[in-house]
This record gives sequence, structure tokens and C-alpha cells, in this order.
Amino acid sequence: MFKLFNSSLVKKYAMAISGLFLILFLFQHFTINLTSVFSEKVFNSISHFMGNNPIVQFILQPILIFGVVFHFVMGMVLDYQNRKSRSVKYYYVKGSSNSSWMSRNMILSGIVVLLFMFLHFYDFWIPEMNYKYVEVNPLDPDRYYFEMTHKFESPIRVSLYSFSFLFLGLHLLHGFNSSFQSVGVNNKYILSIRGLTKLFAIGVPLGFVFIALFHFTNSI
Amino acid sequence: MKTYKMSNVSPDMSFLEMMDVLNSKIISEGKEDPVAFDHDCREGICGMCSMFINGQAHGPDRLVTTCQLHMRKFKDGDTIVVEPFRANAFPVIKDLVVDRSAFDRIQQAGGFISINTSGNTQDANSIPIEKDDADKSFDAATCIGCGACVASCKNASAMLFVSAKVSQYALLPQGKVESKQRVLNMVKQMDDEGFGNCTNTGACEVECPKGISLKNVARMNSEYLSSTLKP
Repeated sequence: MFKLFNSSLVKKYAMAISGLFLILFLFQHFTINLTSVFSEKVFNSISHFMGNNPIVQFILQPILIFGVVFHFVMGMVLDYQNRKSRSVKYYYVKGSSNSSWMSRNMILSGIVVLLFMFLHFYDFWIPEMNYKYVEVNPLDPDRYYFEMTHKFESPIRVSLYSFSFLFLGLHLLHGFNSSFQSVGVNNKYILSIRGLTKLFAIGVPLGFVFIALFHFTNSI
Repeated sequence: MKTYKMSNVSPDMSFLEMMDVLNSKIISEGKEDPVAFDHDCREGICGMCSMFINGQAHGPDRLVTTCQLHMRKFKDGDTIVVEPFRANAFPVIKDLVVDRSAFDRIQQAGGFISINTSGNTQDANSIPIEKDDADKSFDAATCIGCGACVASCKNASAMLFVSAKVSQYALLPQGKVESKQRVLNMVKQMDDEGFGNCTNTGACEVECPKGISLKNVARMNSEYLSSTLKP
């Protein structure tokens, strides 16, 4: 199994598949968050379901955490190996002449997203785990909307979230269609995939920023 | 890093002719060795002229090798930074000369078709090949193995080169027989040589003097996946 990961192409598939999995999760997260703009009741009921369903909690959540950790660790390993493959650097490189900033700086945008995730875990996941499994509080299906909107009362947090979403968008702008190329898809559908990449990489982070700003302005 | 001042450089000179003039000047002055650089055909076919000029493999022009690059692409008074192709898998021999035999070893690992040479070999022209496949295979076969893909890639990855060689054979009926072992062996050799991993920046495709497409990399990825999964 580990020998298989010696192959540069297997590592490439692993990055692509874990990335596509995280994209799916991101879309699911976004649609759930979006409901908070339209209906407190719907948001509460979906959050309650996600927070208490045993399949989500004890099967999907560990898979998601593994996916996140795997994607980041593999990204770091690949970046380290790639840097090692050219030990003497060029005196002058004109990278902008042949590739996008996003494609050359995936590790930077990835690290910003990783730091954001620490903040996000600190804000929501750790208190949630504490509420349910440490303090073992009684079930309250109506608490989620308040807990979420309360966090977005802080302009500093909203600014940090918005800044992170910008980098998430930059990461997705390269990562989305690059994942398809990595698993061997570069055919007649590639133009549609590139279009979908732009739509997703701009639309979803902008949507997250909108949700954060919406709750912030409502709190003023 | 060494700086040389050049005068009387014609805009119609090729970059290598300018290097020849520089070396003539150095030799006539007799103070130091001329600048070593690779060259052979000087018509964009051999892929020997491996120079990284002003931050780009083969210089600022598109779809040309260094020998086809002309001095008209630069302005009078410009400082031109010339470096060898840099990658651990391409060790520098001297000045601008690098050892690209890693590419030869990758080719030896699978970049060929085994044929029966006992006298019963089937005439290739008698094997029907779809025009689209023949064209794609030919496009892949135009790779001259110059190494600009490796030099341009921020990860020093050789995937464009290897994928062109894999595609060239995988698209033809004669090459399909050994396609599984070919892609596995060539990718393994590529990894053993110490090239970096591909992150799909696309720099290789842009800088390739022969316009080898990234579609070949996707084809290789797909070939490798199916070869790995096949029992």
C-alpha cells in the first residue's frame, strides 16, 4: 500500500480524489449554510439532523476529517518533494508568463485555508463536541441558528472569514479542474468543467462571504 | 553569475549565433574559456540547445527552440539572463550544458514497440488506423525531448515528456500490445530519476517548442490508472 504511494501518479490521483471529495463536502456545507439566510427553522432542523445522526457523526464525520488531514498532509509532502527536485534554484524565473498565480501558489492558498479551518474548528466544532460529548447537555434542536449568528457579530471574525474565503476561491480556481486532469479527464467535456470550475470557485466562496456579512449586518 | 558586454549584435542573428560571436570574442581575448553550450542541428529539431533565457525555457518567443530564437526579440541595451536548465535530474556538466540522459533512460524503460524482425513483420501501412488517432499520435511524436517542460515546471516534473512518449505509442494499434507495461515502466523510471510531481500548472505546455498538449498528460494519467487497476 505504502509502496504504491511511491508513484508520483498515485500521489496525484490521491490529491485529486481527496480534493474532489472536499469540494463535494464544501458544496453540501454551503447549501446548508445558505438556508440560514432564508429560514431559521430549516437551518436548525438540518443542523440538528447533521449533529445527531449517527451515520453522519460516526461514519461520515471521521471520513471527512481523514479526507481533510490526508489532503493537507499529502499536499505538504508533495510540495516538499517538488522543492527538493530542483536544489539549485534559477536566478530569474518569469512564472507569470506561462502559468497562473493560483496554480503556482496552491500551497500558500492551502495553508491559509488550513489556518482558517483551525479558527473554524475553534469557533464551531470544538464547542459542539464539548456541548454534546464532554458536558453531555440535553438535546436542543433550536440552538444552532443562535450559536451561528452569535459568532458573526464580530467584525474581526467576519473579516478573517472573508479573507480566508478569498484564498479558498483561489485554491479552487486551480484545484477544481486540475483534479479532473489528474484523473485523466481532458476530453470534450473539459470546457464545461472549466466553466463549472469558475462558477464554483467564485460562487461558493462569495456565497460564504455573503452569508457571514448577512448575519453580521443583521446583528448591528 | 558572469556578465559579458556585447556590441554589434544583429537583430537577425539567432541566439546561438550571438553566443558564437560571444565565444569568438572570448577566445580572441584569450583570458578565459568560452561559454559551453549545447547545440547540434540549429533548426529546431534536435532539442539540444537547452537555455533558460530571461526566466523562460528557450527564451521569450513561443513554439521555438533557442536556436530559432532571434535577437530581434530583445531591445538594444537589454541585460539578458542566461542559465542552464535546472533540475536535479538534469545535472549541469559545464556552464549551460546539462546532462539529459535521464530522458534516454525513461525511453529505454518502455518508449518503444517490440516487433518481430524475423522477416514476417507486418507492413505498418497495412494496419488501419483512425485518422484522429494517427494525428494525435503524430502530434505527441513531435516531442524532441529538449527538456523545456522540466526546466519550466516549478516542480521540475517530466510528465509532459513522458506522457508524449506514452501517448505516441498508446494511440497506435502496434503500441497497444505493450501499453500497460510501458506506462508503468516509464513512470517508474521517471520517478527513479528524481523528477518532481506534476501539479498541472500548464507551464510545460506553454513553453514546449513543439506545442505538446497537456491532453497527453491526462491520457497518461488515465493509461496508468487503468494499467494499475488491471489484474
